[in-house]
Amino acid sequence: MSSSEIEELQQIADQEYRWGFVTDIEADEAPPGLNEEIIRFISAKKKEPEWLLEFRLKAYRRWLEMKEPNWQFVKYSPIDYQDIIYYSAPKSQQDRPKSLDEVDPELLRTYERLGIPLEEQKMLAGVAVDAVFDSVSVATTFKEELEKAGVIFCPISEAVQEHPELVKKHLGTVIPIGDHFFAALNSAVFTDGTFVYVPKGVRCPMELSTYFRINAANTGQFERTLIIAEEGSYVSYLEGCTAPMRDENQLHAANVELIAMKDAEIKYSTVQNWYPGDEEGRGGIYNFVTKRGICAGENAKISWTQVETGSSITWKYPSVILRGDNSIGEFYSVALTKMKQQADTGTKMIHLGKNTRSTIISKGISAGRGQNVYRGEVRVNPGAENARNYTQCDSMLLGDRCGAHTFPYIDVRNHTAQVEHEATTSKIGEDQIFYCQQRGISEEDAVSLIVNGFCKEVFRELPMEFAVEATKLLEISLEGSVG
Amino acid sequence: MLEIKDLWAGVDGEPILKGLSLTVNAGEVHSIMGPNGSGKSTLAHVLAGKEEYEATDGSVQYLGQDLLEMAPEERACEGVFLAFQYPVSIPGVSNTYFLKAAINAKRKYNGDQEIDAFEFMQMVKEKSKALNIDTALLNRPVNDGFSGGEKKRNEIFQMAMLDPRLAIMDETDSGLDIDALKVVADGVNSLRGDGRGFIVITHYQRLLNYIVPDFVHVLNDGKIVRSGGKDLAQELEEKGYRWLKERDEAHGG
Repeated sequence: MSSSEIEELQQIADQEYRWGFVTDIEADEAPPGLNEEIIRFISAKKKEPEWLLEFRLKAYRRWLEMKEPNWQFVKYSPIDYQDIIYYSAPKSQQDRPKSLDEVDPELLRTYERLGIPLEEQKMLAGVAVDAVFDSVSVATTFKEELEKAGVIFCPISEAVQEHPELVKKHLGTVIPIGDHFFAALNSAVFTDGTFVYVPKGVRCPMELSTYFRINAANTGQFERTLIIAEEGSYVSYLEGCTAPMRDENQLHAANVELIAMKDAEIKYSTVQNWYPGDEEGRGGIYNFVTKRGICAGENAKISWTQVETGSSITWKYPSVILRGDNSIGEFYSVALTKMKQQADTGTKMIHLGKNTRSTIISKGISAGRGQNVYRGEVRVNPGAENARNYTQCDSMLLGDRCGAHTFPYIDVRNHTAQVEHEATTSKIGEDQIFYCQQRGISEEDAVSLIVNGFCKEVFRELPMEFAVEATKLLEISLEGSVG
Repeated sequence: MLEIKDLWAGVDGEPILKGLSLTVNAGEVHSIMGPNGSGKSTLAHVLAGKEEYEATDGSVQYLGQDLLEMAPEERACEGVFLAFQYPVSIPGVSNTYFLKAAINAKRKYNGDQEIDAFEFMQMVKEKSKALNIDTALLNRPVNDGFSGGEKKRNEIFQMAMLDPRLAIMDETDSGLDIDALKVVADGVNSLRGDGRGFIVITHYQRLLNYIVPDFVHVLNDGKIVRSGGKDLAQELEEKGYRWLKERDEAHGG
């Protein structure tokens, strides 16, 4: 690389902090442990208003009285909450790998197979001088276009400064401060995350995905996301990335709140591929996430789609509270567990309004010694006349050392409700594999073909580009799972 | 093209084929008939390479190669096609997608480029028309919810698309009504010649009214006990398999 090129690169790198999505924080870090002082430190660091500090402290005090839940079907060693660093600035350039040569070749191989451009690979691997040529200009263009439409899309810490009235009005309204152990912990210590506001009648001009994907480095382990869709608006948001992300924090406890007003629609898609740990499950991410949306007005619609292939433990139930009459909730999920991965995931559909409808499609795939649980609740309250739910939950087993479990909870308090639950468990058939082989398809390709077919109903809900990546991701994740 | 010599094979150490020999030359249609449990399907599966069928003795040469040493997908890529007696379904995977994957696997094996979408669609159109296959079938998931007749037609369609050198039909006629049987037979007849070899396994002579074989072999207790021309099938139909058994016993086994 010539010196002028390096200079140019440096310039762009500097620019990113000026234009970019990532807030510039002075490089320092809180001591490990959690107490009120730490929370005051975080709040002060972020120059937060008094009400937000109060919000955090209230959550912290509730958290102190709570017990870590133990009903989930996962096993892990106890977490020492006093051993976690709750605030640390992003790593300085010196601490990062200097080039891709210093990055785990296995990781690079995966990036390559996923077809991720070189510059983006550097960003994902946390390489210093993460100037992504395209992203800077693209990000700027995106930002301008969104501003023109009146859509606010920024880090939540920025929203606290720039749009405090919106944040104050909605934060914690879907997931109350004391909802449960991890939600309370997040409310006390969340560092950053995303804020989206779509004004009345606006259809967000783009998928809020590409933009996010190239700017989401270091969102931190206690992520907080708030999306508000005003009356008659529409937004599609995609978080995560098919590429495995480097991260040093083991515990991830995010809170995501969605609010859809009358006639509004929010489509939220997730592709989660955090580090799953080694063969024995050591060092993988604990992904303990609370995601909940409310259809606050009539005819509102919230749709969750998730593809979960990473983390050593996944524990999440993206839910919808169907308060508005005629509102719709959807949950489409693919969860793959291999090696010693554990997933306990599903949804809650809470029907409050009349003629509310919900659909749940869950596909669990277990391989190796993976354990996969679907846990879902469908509740129809007395006032929810003519509520409807359709649940289909299918499990597929690869090999004989893995497990699939289903725990559906159905609670119906209105006799006009119509609730359907279908469940299947299948073992990937040797006959199916042989059939493919007899047509010339290798065993490994046969497995991925069969599994992708199994997941089709969910993949078709993903934005096009990501459906392709998700298919590929599954293929790579399944490598070595058979035979 | 295929030379089976004194083949012994079975499942879980239990021999089913007990010294079977058979030679198929390019362009020939051989029919294998025999009572239930005589080893007809075992022969089909051993040739295709199904894992639980183990060959313990004898040899199978295919185009100068040791067939038994090859992986099932290798055999397929080398032109061995098995039309299954019970084709399995693959939910969520469309027929066309599956076929394209199969064709491309074969092309990759041969060092050829992947088929382009246009060429593929042309081929689908042409073959489905020639075989009188409803194109609606092609967009449905592989064999999922297909009737018995649809599944067998689909096997013939796959065979036409994959253009094998050696096609093995494992009781393709079982459970078919007369119309479906005709479609299947027409399909096979249209693919005859061209140096392609056929092994048509059937329990009944009925199919052979439509697919007239060059040779008929009778399989009993894992061995070919009698070979002849197409008339042998007719004789069997009239006298039943019992006739052969009695005859065998009279000859002292």
